Amino acid sequence: MEALGSLIIAKYNYWAVIALLLIGLYAMITKKNLIKKIIGMNIFQTAIILFYVSIGSKKGATIPIITHGHGDASHAVHSVEYINPLPHVLMLTAIVVSVATLGVALALAMKVYSQYGTLEEDEIREKIMESEPV
Amino acid sequence: MRALGLATVFCFGAILFYISFDFPGWGDENSPASRHVSPYYIEHTMDDTSVPNIVTAILADYRGYDTLFETAVIFSAGLACFFLLRIPERQAPPARFYRHLATGITFRIEKGGRLPEDTDEFERIDSVWVPYDVIIGMTCRLVVPFIQLFALYVIAHGHHSPGGGFQGGVIFGAAIILFAISNNLRRTLKRMSEKTSALLGSLGVLIYAGTGILCMVLGAGFLNYSALASLLGVDPVSARSHGILIVEIGVGIAVTAVMVWIYYNLSSAGRQDEGL
Repeated sequence: MEALGSLIIAKYNYWAVIALLLIGLYAMITKKNLIKKIIGMNIFQTAIILFYVSIGSKKGATIPIITHGHGDASHAVHSVEYINPLPHVLMLTAIVVSVATLGVALALAMKVYSQYGTLEEDEIREKIMESEPV
Repeated sequence: MRALGLATVFCFGAILFYISFDFPGWGDENSPASRHVSPYYIEHTMDDTSVPNIVTAILADYRGYDTLFETAVIFSAGLACFFLLRIPERQAPPARFYRHLATGITFRIEKGGRLPEDTDEFERIDSVWVPYDVIIGMTCRLVVPFIQLFALYVIAHGHHSPGGGFQGGVIFGAAIILFAISNNLRRTLKRMSEKTSALLGSLGVLIYAGTGILCMVLGAGFLNYSALASLLGVDPVSARSHGILIVEIGVGIAVTAVMVWIYYNLSSAGRQDEGL
């Protein structure tokens, strides 16, 4: 029982990430509405961000800002005292880039709506078939 | 289709769940992600760059190339929105709405009618947004400068506390977008026109890339800020810290401008006439 408890504590971050990944993937595969697909893509991105940030954590470590870096109190820095800053850097840029790509996705959705008058995938396909009979 | 999707998702989830047992545990300091380069960054950032915030040091110095191209990606996203949505020559809309400020009466002026464009007595309002919103407009007008001040703090203090160009730029852009939502798009465009935002977006990327090229001109590698030491009159380690600040300011300007630019185009469907 104790082993199970420690297993859950060691891995639950991955399970949360997997759950989010699957929700996003399911939305992207099965939803017909383009806006819902975009929301699914964003949930997927959020899962990736959470995954990266969670693998950067260390037990008993603090945020990666060196305390008393300058002045008389400066001292040698040990890497076990600070959590891994690298995933934070990568995800910092990824968050802003995901906002920018969301903007592009919404712009494309707006263009599709103004062209076909709908955001439902099957209706768009019908309209394409009507306009260009193969 | 739904069943197929559900099956795919479940298979994928089962594989991931099975693999998760091989992953290092949560908070494991010996996990592969924390063993190779990250200890070097943590232990040497003070000696190399004199920046206590390791995230900022990695973002703008150790991995400066990555951030340069992320900024370029954001700028090209703004460009993509512009090219997709912007409708350059707009025909005059069929009707325009004006509010007489003294009485609060709304007028509808048909196409071809004489527009009270240059008078102070009338205010043009959006056709879908008519309520007279003094409280919201006034509150946001009071709050916006403080949000902008905080954004500048986040950019400038990114060396010593959580913050930096991306976060500060997004906060600054959010302040301008808040102004645009609470008032209207035209008034925002008068303060920060589309041309300004486009130029600022490219200026931000230019500051970043230009700093890198300046380092090359001064005889070091691209984005090796220690070359700026002779120009700034400080030792090479402090020069790295200052170089990081310069590129963070560039990132902040680019992110602010692109966020606002994307908002302008998305909220008005490219017409930039009536917004949300």
